[in-house]
Amino acid sequence: MEQTWKQAKAAFAAIAVPPIAWLFLFFLVPMAVIWAYSFGENTGPITIDLTGTFANYVRALEPLYLQIFWKSLIVAGITTLLCLIIGFPVALAIAFATPKMKSWLLLLIMLPFWTNLLIRTFALIAVLREQGYVNFALEWLWNNASGFMTLVGLQPLGEYEPLTLLYNNTAVIIGLVYVHLPFMVLPLYSALDRMDRSLMEASLDLGAGHLRTIWSVVVPLAAPGIASGILITFIPALGAYLTPDLLGGTDSQMIANVIERQFKRANDWPFGAALSFLLMYLTFIAIAAQAFIQRKSERRG
Amino acid sequence: MADEGLTALPQVGRPKREPRDKPGPLEYMRQWPLRVIVVATLVFLYAPLITLMAFSFNDSRRNIVWQGFTTDWYVKAFNNESLLQAFINSLTIAFFCTIISVILGALAAVMLWRFRFPGKTVVEGSMALPIVVPEICLGVAMLVFFARVMPWPMGLPWPLNLGAITIAHVSFAFPFVATVVRARLSSFNRELEEAAKDLGASEWRTFWDVLVPHMQPGLIAGALLAFTLSLDDFVITFFTAGPDTITFPVKVYSMLRFSVTPEVNAASTVLIVVTVILTAIGLQMQNSQSKEKKA
Repeated sequence: MEQTWKQAKAAFAAIAVPPIAWLFLFFLVPMAVIWAYSFGENTGPITIDLTGTFANYVRALEPLYLQIFWKSLIVAGITTLLCLIIGFPVALAIAFATPKMKSWLLLLIMLPFWTNLLIRTFALIAVLREQGYVNFALEWLWNNASGFMTLVGLQPLGEYEPLTLLYNNTAVIIGLVYVHLPFMVLPLYSALDRMDRSLMEASLDLGAGHLRTIWSVVVPLAAPGIASGILITFIPALGAYLTPDLLGGTDSQMIANVIERQFKRANDWPFGAALSFLLMYLTFIAIAAQAFIQRKSERRG
Repeated sequence: MADEGLTALPQVGRPKREPRDKPGPLEYMRQWPLRVIVVATLVFLYAPLITLMAFSFNDSRRNIVWQGFTTDWYVKAFNNESLLQAFINSLTIAFFCTIISVILGALAAVMLWRFRFPGKTVVEGSMALPIVVPEICLGVAMLVFFARVMPWPMGLPWPLNLGAITIAHVSFAFPFVATVVRARLSSFNRELEEAAKDLGASEWRTFWDVLVPHMQPGLIAGALLAFTLSLDDFVITFFTAGPDTITFPVKVYSMLRFSVTPEVNAASTVLIVVTVILTAIGLQMQNSQSKEKKA
């Protein structure tokens, strides 16, 4: 059983003070300062007066910024959906693989996750650009198809036009899916792995097909895992900075890029602080929604 | 097709259906649609990284066509003073971040696991915050903190000048360590602790000789996590790094902005190899630990 702290005051102090002090000084204080700044005004090049104004938040609700928030939500939503669509079958296959295969597959899924984010994004650039491998492969297919058409006496397809896969919104979504896929696969896998398989067997024995079994037995049983997978993919995707910065074009700015600009180039810290707190509130809303759904499904189950 | 006809001899006197060849109803890994998806996903995840590594050996300034094998880019990368310095900075920060994070994380885990105290839910909630707060928010908070509240002295000798970045890294890494260690602690049998105390061990001795050995796999996993989180971090470092405290990701970022030569590929390959080796060592240590426990 847990001990009350009064039983061993000295031990408690020795154990509790360092982490709590660190958390307070190097996490809560910086956050509080930013929060205070979000109600401040720039009065000089480096002076900020904490006037308690809401002007920064009002400015964040201007259509320009509202649109960026909206866009970030959409991009993160599409990313999460794609990760779920790709990740679910992968997690299913891993959960039902032989034990040896399972550990190898898990390692293979996790290894890119340990690799540096910047390096992975850079690697993606070389693949996606106009003289990259996706375009080379498509060109090869195109030329072969074209040759085949002449062979059977049809018009050839003409010159291959390389697809613009980089510096646009598609590239941002591809990049985000690439980076966040392991986040989705791992919780899905652990939910599917813990599931009672006899229920699936029962469903198959009673004549339901595989798709029907997956939809009406596996998905409800794995719902908590799916929900947490969605959450831990959505949150970092929403606040993504590097991927839109490196892979996106001029119109694929996400909210994190705007925040960075306020702090580094525009030098409008109060406004940037307000934007970061709005992003943080969005994150908390997502977490609360997930907790709410989880509790509801637990009560039902 | 024709080959199959030639090699597949009619099998006389053997059961027609071999159980091995027909996938069971739940062997999803042996059904082709899922196999295709898994293989395609792995290609999607690995093809870019493998091309990146392959082209670090390419004898051409541009990363487009294969010209021949060379290790020149590695020589160049190792002779690039600022790149090397950034690499060493990254490893140093990750090293110190790991040590501090493991200590703080282990203490936090023991505190939350063992004690009941007023305000526990608040502490527990705040410990989870650095994990969920978007990186960019923590990054700008650290920028403001080290610019206005606690300016890190300029011009300190190496490695003290890396202090601000290390502190920022510890702030988001140690809650991860705490989570991992706490999960491990939940399997601890408290009677062992009581037995140690009954036999006359002091509080400290019990902690060190009974609790810490039990936590060890969690500590190793946590250390590995803290090290990679620190080595991997770009956003928070980007906001806390000064001109003389560049880390590897920040350096690569600025190289990407100016010119992309295979030097970046070479440096990245080195980092990937370092990470893979560290992960392998970590997994090996965990495996041998769990084997010892079983034996």
